[in-house]
Amino acid sequence: MHELSIVLNIIDIAEKEAKKADAASISAIELSIGKLSTIEPVAFDFAWKHGVKNSMLEHARRITNYIDGKGRCNKCSTEFLMEALYQPCPQCGDYFSEIIEGKELQIKSLRIEEKIET
Amino acid sequence: MCITCGCGTDEAHIVKDGHNHPENHHTHHHGHTHSHSHGHDHHHVQDRLLHLEKDVLHENALLAERNRGYFDAKEIVAINLVSSPGSGKTMLLECTLKDLKEDLSFCVIEGDQQTSLDADRIKATGTNAVQINTGKGCHLDAHMVLHAVQELKPKENSVLFIENVGNLVCPSMFDLGENQRVVIMSVTEGDDKPIKYPDMFHTSGVCIINKTDLLPYVPFDMDKAIENARKINPELQFFPVSCTTGEGLGEWYNWLKKQVRHLQTA
Ligand SMILES: Nc1nc2c(ncn2[C@@H]2O[C@H](COP(=O)(O)OP(=O)(O)O)[C@@H](O)[C@H]2O)c(=O)[nH]1
Ligand SMILES: [Mg+2]
Ligand SMILES: [Zn+2]
Ligand SMILES: [Zn+2]
Ligand SMILES: [Zn+2]
Ligand SMILES: [Zn+2]
Repeated sequence: MHELSIVLNIIDIAEKEAKKADAASISAIELSIGKLSTIEPVAFDFAWKHGVKNSMLEHARRITNYIDGKGRCNKCSTEFLMEALYQPCPQCGDYFSEIIEGKELQIKSLRIEEKIET
Repeated sequence: MCITCGCGTDEAHIVKDGHNHPENHHTHHHGHTHSHSHGHDHHHVQDRLLHLEKDVLHENALLAERNRGYFDAKEIVAINLVSSPGSGKTMLLECTLKDLKEDLSFCVIEGDQQTSLDADRIKATGTNAVQINTGKGCHLDAHMVLHAVQELKPKENSVLFIENVGNLVCPSMFDLGENQRVVIMSVTEGDDKPIKYPDMFHTSGVCIINKTDLLPYVPFDMDKAIENARKINPELQFFPVSCTTGEGLGEWYNWLKKQVRHLQTA
């Protein structure tokens, strides 16, 4: 279940950034996860539910964008939708291709609530 | 205090409980506790959007680069060994350490969820080894390796083997700073293994196919296994071996010696 360790990494980064910004709380987080990143959505949802307990993300709304895999053939440069790493180029059938999208594992943004003292 | 990674502790936590630091990362307090006796009108909170665009594994990537820098500076060949449980990582190490004792200098980091059995097997060959128990964690990360290396102090021009936790999914995501990633599969696992675990075969440079002594007894098609793996990674190099009979180990040893020489002349 590496999804859980990914969730814990996300919590770490989010809490650090939130504290740096002097936030009182985090209300939302936006993630980008590539479909070729080895993250399994169902396992990730499960890990999230358990992992965020007692963290600043416990009550944050999560927006997860899953990004399609995209390959570029090293032989004929065709770009194509890549659903698995062993998918041949649809144009020339070669297996030598570069992954140009779909490996993302990113925190895009955080919505925080700032402490305001008057 | 760990100066290199700033984690505020020495290597103790590595050996005990993997990547959890003693200072609890996940507790916090909201410091808003003034009284409301003052009669003004105000908002306590204000929404703000922080654009981060930050890689989740950014920290691991930084520490992996540090490890790699250290290995390069000391001309150490660091090899990350990955496989399913039972494919023969430890046995391949035992053979290699015994057979190349006179030729190369070695040390070993052993990753395991619970036990120190593998480290004991390595130490029995007379090789310096440290054990990292990852507990529930199913992989090693660059931070654990950094502390293990501080403890091991590998010699210049040596080979550092890192036996990862037996798991073909998750260790593929964690760069340890190794120079070479070697994936092991055994003939008892089936020739479709690469297709089932493409990421690991995609990120490795060498594939060892172990237990060839069992080929007469299992329905394993060597050509098909190699063909499957090449679909994922056309540059993968293959070494079919048997750790029990020693068949094929010579080619693996030659490759290993070449890595050390390559670093020395690079
Ligand atoms: N028949 C056969 N068994 C092997 C070979 N290599 C390892 N084994 C056995 O496979 C089992 C697992 O080996 P081990 O090195 O502990 O695997 P690890 O979990 O990947 O470290 C042990 O019982 C070994 O004796 C081999 O080449 N042939
Ligand atoms: Mg082992
Ligand atoms: Zn093509
Ligand atoms: Zn540290
Ligand atoms: Zn007030
Ligand atoms: Zn893991």
